[in-house]
Amino acid sequence: MIMAIAAVIHLLVALLLAPLLLGVINRTKAVFAGRRGQPLLQLYADLAKLLRKGAVYSGTTTWVFRAGPLVTLAAVTVSLLVVPFAGVRAVGAFPGDFVLFAYLLAVARFFTVIAALDTGSSFEGMGASREVAFSALAEPALLVGLAALARRAGGASLSDCYEAVRLFDFGPNGGLPLLLIGAAFFVVFLAENARIPFDDPNTHLELTMIHEVMVLDHGGPDLAFVQYAAALKLWVLGALVVGILLPLRTGFVALDFGFGLAAMAVLAVATGCVESTKARVRLTGVPQLLVAATVLAGVGFGLTLR
Amino acid sequence: MILLIASLALLLGGGAAALAASRRDRLRNGIVLGSLVGASLASLPVAIVTIARGESLALQWPWSVPLGSFALGLDPLSAFFLLPILVLAPLAGIYGVGYLRAWQGRKNLGASWFFFNVLVACMMLVVVARNAVLFLVAWEAMALASYALVVFEDERGDVRGAGRTYLVATHLGTGALFVLFVLLGQPAGSLDFADLGAGAGSLSLLFALAVIGFGTKAGFMPLHVWLPEAHPASPSHVSALMSGVMIKTGIYGLLRILMVLGAPPPAWGWTMVAIGATSGVLGVLFALAQHDVKRLLAYHSVENIGIIALGLGVGLLGRSYDQPAMAYLGFAGALLHVANHALFKGLLFLGAGAVAHATHTREIDHLGGLLKRMPWTGTTFLAGSAAISGLPPFNGFVSEFLIFLGALTGAVTLGGAGAAVGAVTTGALGLIGGLAAACFAKAFGIMFLGEPRSRHAADATEVGRSLRVPLVVLAAACLAIGLGAPFVVAGLDSVVVAAAGLPPHDPAGRALAGPPLRMVALGSAVLLALVGALVLARRGLLARRTITTALTWDCGYAAPDRRMQYTAAGFAQPLTSLFRFALRTRREGEPVRGLFPARASLATSTPDPMHREIYEPVFAAVGRLFAKRRWVQGGQTQLYVLYIVLTLLVLLVWELS
Repeated sequence: MIMAIAAVIHLLVALLLAPLLLGVINRTKAVFAGRRGQPLLQLYADLAKLLRKGAVYSGTTTWVFRAGPLVTLAAVTVSLLVVPFAGVRAVGAFPGDFVLFAYLLAVARFFTVIAALDTGSSFEGMGASREVAFSALAEPALLVGLAALARRAGGASLSDCYEAVRLFDFGPNGGLPLLLIGAAFFVVFLAENARIPFDDPNTHLELTMIHEVMVLDHGGPDLAFVQYAAALKLWVLGALVVGILLPLRTGFVALDFGFGLAAMAVLAVATGCVESTKARVRLTGVPQLLVAATVLAGVGFGLTLR
Repeated sequence: MILLIASLALLLGGGAAALAASRRDRLRNGIVLGSLVGASLASLPVAIVTIARGESLALQWPWSVPLGSFALGLDPLSAFFLLPILVLAPLAGIYGVGYLRAWQGRKNLGASWFFFNVLVACMMLVVVARNAVLFLVAWEAMALASYALVVFEDERGDVRGAGRTYLVATHLGTGALFVLFVLLGQPAGSLDFADLGAGAGSLSLLFALAVIGFGTKAGFMPLHVWLPEAHPASPSHVSALMSGVMIKTGIYGLLRILMVLGAPPPAWGWTMVAIGATSGVLGVLFALAQHDVKRLLAYHSVENIGIIALGLGVGLLGRSYDQPAMAYLGFAGALLHVANHALFKGLLFLGAGAVAHATHTREIDHLGGLLKRMPWTGTTFLAGSAAISGLPPFNGFVSEFLIFLGALTGAVTLGGAGAAVGAVTTGALGLIGGLAAACFAKAFGIMFLGEPRSRHAADATEVGRSLRVPLVVLAAACLAIGLGAPFVVAGLDSVVVAAAGLPPHDPAGRALAGPPLRMVALGSAVLLALVGALVLARRGLLARRTITTALTWDCGYAAPDRRMQYTAAGFAQPLTSLFRFALRTRREGEPVRGLFPARASLATSTPDPMHREIYEPVFAAVGRLFAKRRWVQGGQTQLYVLYIVLTLLVLLVWELS
């Protein structure tokens, strides 16, 4: 009963706090650059402003363009239902749920991409082309990593996988495999959320963007949906990374939950550090990074075969 | 059983009548549609009842052909493979009537419909035949009828070439089947399926022959070369039927032989996993590099056959390692994907045909903006694209999910190397899914979205009702199976159990497949509901605000041109250049030179490297070899008489000695 309530609380917390993660990342980057930076709650203010605006649609577009942000947000929100957090099982956990999770993110991506192509803009076509290429390569890394977690947990749901993860686990299936899979997931997390070194969310040149260029033509409430969906996606994939690399468990739900939130903040700070200290890799180097992540996950799986 | 035979007779009779009424368009179309719909309505209930009850019907008549009897049978497996035939054939027929109207008076449509009906009848006969001779006759007639349909536009050289490739490939495959059935029939001296059994020969040899023989029809890599030739060459309703249904007879044959061969060693399962991963990944990669939409779809058939093979591999490994749950899930996924692929590939081929019908081109890069001009075709094509990319809430996701679940069960329960199937299958399926989504974002995005890239696309109008109705029906079926997955899979229980060689009414697999599928269906329903809620939310937000229409943002440039849009080739370029070691895309044209380049051009093409580098040299060598022996057949009658005399003399001497 307590677990079920905690799972619902996680849903509400995720829906409420997801935009805050971006605030933490931006504040970290500002500190690195010696700026004061924007307020932590800037994205909430942006969303509130966008939701109050009207809409402008390109004459080229069809209903696909208008459906894009809605389907994207809906798919990411549903994917949240199977994500465990801080030792709390997900509301909708079932065997194989991470396949649904991965494919819901694929639905979100597919509709973002075709909404971008609907504008007929060469920039958005360019972003869409890169997005599908990189995400196709990120998919095996995520799924093989999750298969490895399922093998060591002996159960095929995300919640089973993450329940079996312990922080100081130096058994035959702990330690090294978890580290490898965690590293692979961190790479997938950065790539899927369009962060440096894969994509620069703050670049001012359309030619160099991936995710931001695909949503150039969205405005008003649609843009609010897009930005909120991006924040939620950051949360769900972040929860998967944190669940492997910082699995602090005490047995007290409330305490674990607090640790989990702190771990998410640590992840956001780490992302900010990566963004402040690393440069973007060349576009031709991105596939190599993603293939490396798949290899890491594969080795992680191989280590569990012993 | 009687209904089934009546359907076969109706189809053949309808075909013959269509041939007779060749010149009278209205009458002929009526006959053809009547026979297709009638046969379907008569046989569908039989097939469904057989699957639901899990029973088998059999019929055996003596005939003058040696080694066995005229044996027909209908068990859940046969009935299951009848379903896609019986659903897709009438829809393709309705579509074909509208599609072929453009050729009325110019072509002998009676002959075309005759072969169409023969093809449908022979496919049905293939899955219910219970005697190897009957099976091979039906198999061969199926191949010849489909050849005749492929070369419908026989005035075009490329179509004749494609037909020839198909004819050669299918006969090489059939050759392997002859050997296979002879070896299987040897121990009992009968070619009835009930008497078939592995004799002294190696079981793995029989398995290899079945994979080669049936794999050629199904399109396993590297036996797939005829698919990307034959599918684009044929009329679209024929492509839909061939790609959606006919290639699945190869899967049916493989399953039937596997039932005869008994318990599989792990090597067979691994072989299927390897074939599946290769066909799946390479199939979708080649699809990405294509510019012709029907060629693209043909390569996607290779990809989907790969997914089916992955499922079969998982299922076979489950049997080898004695994991009933894994076997159940693998076979369930593979079988459901057979039906799903028939639906969405049929839909996509018919949609591509509708586009070709309206625009007179199949070049993706000449299209664009068609969703506004052809809303029905566009929306249903989008549904098919989502389904084939395995996206929820459509049917493609459900079958891939079952295969994933089977592979994960293997990863969790098996020890040692066997568990590696979990990593290989999930990795391969993940990559295939990602690449397929990329490919269909390209196909749908470039063809239907943006601004028209040519006059062809700009002047297109929506197709007529006879072409539209099948599209809508198939799209609705894709969604229905996606949302009703738990019921569909529970209904197919008898088929899966038979194919997986599990004891009937074994609850292990069902217990494993049922609850997750209910959650998947629930997730899909929640997704749709949430989209609906968001639509209402946005409508509420925008209710009293200004909505303006503007130009697409292009850095402030106010005169966007349709040629500034991304092209299909450009869209796929990051992936095609990454995988250039496998694709060997040819690039021709003038590169950009100097600071003020006057003109530049680029053309890429990706012909099949296996066709070019393996089959063409081999067949050329065989041709040269035979050319050297051509003096034997000099064309002089005296020489031939001499051969006859010499042969008789040799025989006489042999007989006397």
